[in-house]
Order: sequence, then structure tokens, then C-alpha cells
Amino acid sequence: MRPAATPVVLDEIDRRIVNSLQGGFPLVPRPYAAVAETLGLGEDELLARLRALLASGVLSRFGPMYDAEKFGGAVSLAAMRVPAERFDAVAAILMDMPEIAHNYERDHPLDMWFVIATETPAGIEATRRAIEARTDLEVLLFPKEREYFIGMRVEA
Amino acid sequence: MTRTTLDAVDRAIVAATQSGLPLTPTPYADVAVTVGVTEAEVIARLARLLEAGIVRRIGAVPNHYRLGLAHNGMTVWDVEDGEVDRLGPLVGALDFVTHCYRRPRALPDWPYNLFAMVHGRSRDEVEAKRGEIETLLGPSLRASDILYSTRILKKTGLRIVG
Repeated sequence: MRPAATPVVLDEIDRRIVNSLQGGFPLVPRPYAAVAETLGLGEDELLARLRALLASGVLSRFGPMYDAEKFGGAVSLAAMRVPAERFDAVAAILMDMPEIAHNYERDHPLDMWFVIATETPAGIEATRRAIEARTDLEVLLFPKEREYFIGMRVEA
Repeated sequence: MTRTTLDAVDRAIVAATQSGLPLTPTPYADVAVTVGVTEAEVIARLARLLEAGIVRRIGAVPNHYRLGLAHNGMTVWDVEDGEVDRLGPLVGALDFVTHCYRRPRALPDWPYNLFAMVHGRSRDEVEAKRGEIETLLGPSLRASDILYSTRILKKTGLRIVG
């Protein structure tokens, strides 16, 4: 597989599929046929292109996007100030923890930013304490207080 | 936080679809076979989950990097408390902002209470977009910063069920 940062060149039809299908997929017995018709494609062609877009990684998935917190789980953004010489070792600790969903290095004194996702709200604080115990570093939590938008729409 | 009770059938539908819908002409009928209910039941339950916000949307989830949007900047803003709930939705409505949240400050290290994720094909493009947010926030803005991601250390999907 190509590195995740390698852009894939899309033709006009792929671009229309990616741009028009980021939501609103119909809840009808033949949804791909319904969408294909609005795009001027055949159902088979749409399915083949979606398979190719998933295989090349242009789409990371296709289907319902669930809100984890509505299932009783909890999610929080978190950050740490990790000394450069310990950075890789701390990243490896988080890599092994199933509660950590994403982790990014960012160019800031708070240089490690990650998402903690747990089955219960109490799990967030427990995970924070576990990370602090294993790294001897302070974990700052930035839980969302209000969501203004999460559309994740992207222009291809 | 809104909690919605899901029964065993709902949970089975989530488990069957959380990694994606079948790429077949009749995806809901295929899910119905896996779950052991009718196609109409799957469609009706997904409609209800969508209405309750448990399903945010149904469709394609693009990978920004593969689309050439390799530069992602987490813009962070210190906005007056009395104004942030008025301005936040305006920032969130900008078409280049993919996530926008109010979060707690962590003083003294971290004075920012508004987070908006911006993606672009270059740093210049991301900086131009940051400038648009700055203009929009106007006099209610006290300080801001932008944190570029320099490395993805871990990225796993959230598994909800199963």
C-alpha cells in the first residue's frame, strides 16, 4: 500500500462521487441505483468505483457514521508536553493502549495530541491517570463542551 | 449528553455496519440477513438512529491525505466567554472547517476555548483560511495559535460495538 500521504488523482466522475456522497445516502432498497441515477451512472459502475476508491484509500469507509458518545461511551481530546528525547517511547506507550484512538505530533510545546475513547465517562479520567502513571507526564484533557459543527465534508 | 437506549437488534445493526455498508445492490437486505430481521426493519431502524443523531450521516468518509489535503492545522482561539457561543457556529459554518468545538481552557498554559480544524493543499492555503476565521471573530478575539500536525502517530477507527 502507498504511504497514506500520497495523493491519488481522481477523474471527474470519482470527484463527483466523493463530493456528492458525503452524507444523505438514501434509505431505500436499491440505494446505489438511486444515487447512480442522479450522477448519470449505472449502478454497477458506481459500485465498482466505490470499491476502487476504498481500495486506494481515497475513502476510508462507506456507510453510517456513528456518534460514539450516544452509545454511553466518552471521548476526549488530550495533550501532553513530551520532551523530545522521550517522544518515541511515549508514543509507543499510547500505541499499545486501546483507549487511544488517534495520536498526532504537533509543532507546539504541547507536542502530542490524542483522542481518548472509552466505554464509560469514568474511563476518560482512569485513562488519564494510567498515562500519567506510565509516563510521569501531565495529561491535559480538552473534552468538548459544545459542538458547533462536525460535517467533515471535504472538496475532492 | 443525550443517551438513547438501543436494543439488541439496534446493536446488531451497528455491529454489522460500523466498518461499512455492503457494496452490493441491496445493502440493507444483506445487513438484514446478517442480523436476522427484514430489510424494512433495517431501513426503519437506521432512519430512527439517523433522526436521533446516533447515526450522524450515511455516506463516504474521505481520507484528506489521499485527496491531497496534506496540511492540517488545528486553529485555536481565545474568544470572550460571552461571545463564543454566538461566534462558534459561524466558524463551524465555514466550508473549509471540518470540526469546530468549544473546549475548556487549561490556564496558564492554554488560553484557547475554540478549536477549528482546517485542511488545505499547502500551508499557505491553511494560513489564508486561518486569516478568514480571524476576521470573522473580530474584536471578541484575544489570542490565537495554529498547531500543524507533523506526524500521525496512531489512527484507528473507533469501534462502537462488538
